Amino acid sequence: MAVMTYRDALNMALREEMRRDGRVFLIGEEIGLYDGAYKVTQGLLKEFGPQRVVDTPIAESGFTGVGIGAAMVGLRPVVEMMTFNFALLALDQIVNSAAKMCYMSGGQFNVPIVIRGPGGPAAQLAAQHSQSMETYFYHVPGLKVVRPTTPMDAKGLLKAAIRDDNPVIFIESETLYNVKGEVPEDPEFLIPLGKALVRREGTDVTVIAYMGMMYRAMEAAEDLEKEGISVELVDPRTLRPMDTETIINSVRKTHRCVVVEAGAGFAGMGSEIGAFVTEQAFDDLDAPVERVTGANAPMPYARNLEKLKTPSKDRIVAAIRRVCNVNGS
Amino acid sequence: MAVTKVVMPKLSEAMESGKIIKWLKKEGDRIQGGDILAEVETDKADVEMEAFGGGVLRKILAPAGETVPVGVLIGVIAEPGDDVAALIASAPAPAPARAGAPALAVAAPSTPAPTPTASPRPPAVAPGPMRPSPVTSAPAAAVAAQPSGGRVKASPLAKKIAAQTGVDLRLLQGSGPGGRIVRRDVETAGAAPAAMRAVPDAEFEDRPLSQMRAAIARQMPLSKAPVPHFYVTNEVAMDRAWELREELNALEGQPKISLNDLVIRACALALLQHPGVNASFRGDAIRVFHRAHIGIAVALEEGLITPVLRDCHAKSLAQIAVESRDLAERARVRKLRAQELSGATFSISNLGMFDVAEFSAIINPPEGAILAVGSVRRVPVVDEAGLGVGRRMALTISCDHRVMDGAMGARFLQDVKRLLEEPLRLLV
Repeated sequence: MAVMTYRDALNMALREEMRRDGRVFLIGEEIGLYDGAYKVTQGLLKEFGPQRVVDTPIAESGFTGVGIGAAMVGLRPVVEMMTFNFALLALDQIVNSAAKMCYMSGGQFNVPIVIRGPGGPAAQLAAQHSQSMETYFYHVPGLKVVRPTTPMDAKGLLKAAIRDDNPVIFIESETLYNVKGEVPEDPEFLIPLGKALVRREGTDVTVIAYMGMMYRAMEAAEDLEKEGISVELVDPRTLRPMDTETIINSVRKTHRCVVVEAGAGFAGMGSEIGAFVTEQAFDDLDAPVERVTGANAPMPYARNLEKLKTPSKDRIVAAIRRVCNVNGS
Repeated sequence: MAVTKVVMPKLSEAMESGKIIKWLKKEGDRIQGGDILAEVETDKADVEMEAFGGGVLRKILAPAGETVPVGVLIGVIAEPGDDVAALIASAPAPAPARAGAPALAVAAPSTPAPTPTASPRPPAVAPGPMRPSPVTSAPAAAVAAQPSGGRVKASPLAKKIAAQTGVDLRLLQGSGPGGRIVRRDVETAGAAPAAMRAVPDAEFEDRPLSQMRAAIARQMPLSKAPVPHFYVTNEVAMDRAWELREELNALEGQPKISLNDLVIRACALALLQHPGVNASFRGDAIRVFHRAHIGIAVALEEGLITPVLRDCHAKSLAQIAVESRDLAERARVRKLRAQELSGATFSISNLGMFDVAEFSAIINPPEGAILAVGSVRRVPVVDEAGLGVGRRMALTISCDHRVMDGAMGARFLQDVKRLLEEPLRLLV
């Protein structure tokens, strides 16, 4: 195990997969000569050359389409979105081509593409560049959607995504790129898609969160431990397909469930989890499923308002107390 | 934190107002859900009033000695930082109009909503001495007054545990948000009897009440005292019915018919002829039922229970035999559904298997009558031929005098007797 940043873990995953499989190539804006806007692709042009690390014009729809075409004829492209907000420009390619090609060709064409880049609330990047983009994609049949919370997950899940034969939306985070953690150096270290992880065991309430919200939920859990509330933290890691079994098993154990998500709550991840928990574990619930979500507003630029928009530790703590029916002290 | 309105609770079906005997907490005291706030005198008993939410008792709006209508705000529990001024200002002046009550009660978390006294519908479940579980009003201190006929708010998990452990959710006070019964309430209730058993005594022992016993104990006075009973007894010659039953039971492929099945069938037919007995006192009217739903008392280890055999008037003897046996068997293993425990229009209690000459039963309100059936005994009888031996059975009907008079009960009983003495009538 080495301790490294989330960014370096992604870089390691890309490098290992490019070394392992000559069909893997990278395409995107400023990923070669500039080493990537967030330096995730640092040094890869130097090692693999311009045929496998392709700088493109500012044309998301175009280079995503190039990637999809390449994937259809046997390559394994990794498309970088400088930030995932720009993927909206390629939405038709992703939703109508990548996600549906296998289905509409009667299984003749797989699209083994990974579309990756940072998304989610960042630091003062304002309404257009600081938002949870996963909701736009996990609704679409045919796409897999991954959100890796730790450096270890970043490596293991990105490698699994590259080896997957389906289109995978892989959304990282600006705010996590510098987070450090242990990462296995084994080039065969993979984390299967569709497997959730219990990050912290507890007995009183299941809290489901990922990315920055998982770190906040972890702090909330540690605070509540002092009050005698034992919080179990489950990280879905892959949002689609979702590992409902791990979540249901946890709720059956704790009988309470809180979902934390950075995005606005309406028709969000909490709605989905709340629905299937109610369907599958109704008789095990001792309280309604609670959601802690971002406010129903675009992300403000002002630092104080930005803080109000995203779920805080205090709001997570309050929701956990509510489902546990414990008054605040 | 939530602001909890303390309102005068409805502690019994008939309660319209309560007098505050004394407050056990004063303004500024910290309150936890379940704490006893005050003692309240109702029409039936002095009752301890529990807090439904936690916080600080910020305001007492009705001092000791005052009589307050059900549902009216008498106090406010909130955190010190919560603004309760508007709420307090909205409280009605002393002796407020009753019309103000429902709105307040609807808003108050976990407070039993007052039932309009002129409710057009009968309670969904009728309380009765034979029927331990349905509790529509609760006179005892430890018991929550659930809205009459209203659903019990409990978490799915609490319901599951209650079903497994046999705890009656209707007897519990929920400590969750909005008065919801949550897991710990059920577990506490389930554990309570064990805790009580922990203090044995050499000369006697206090056996904790089972849920069923407790419910019977609560309902008995409510059944016997307010309902003016009268009793009519007659004796039925059961020789021919006995023979008929033996003949029927000798038939292959037919269900076994019990004596009680014959009595049920006879009562069902007689009730159609005497709708005045198949009736219920409604305060300002007598409700006469056109269908005979008969409650059949079944003795259990810890008490008894009265499952209801519906539409007996439209069922053949064989159907009655099959269905009543099924109900009794499921009653013994506690597998009856809630709807099978309510809705009777008349009841039958049979102690024949205990060699009982005769007895009288207590009516299950809101039913208007109940028939007590004794053993069939071989006794000396005198007829035209002289002294002989006959089979006789005593029937005693208990009637609600508000619904019917002695003659009506006697005529009904006469018809039951005739049906049993000419038992072919039961077959046509």
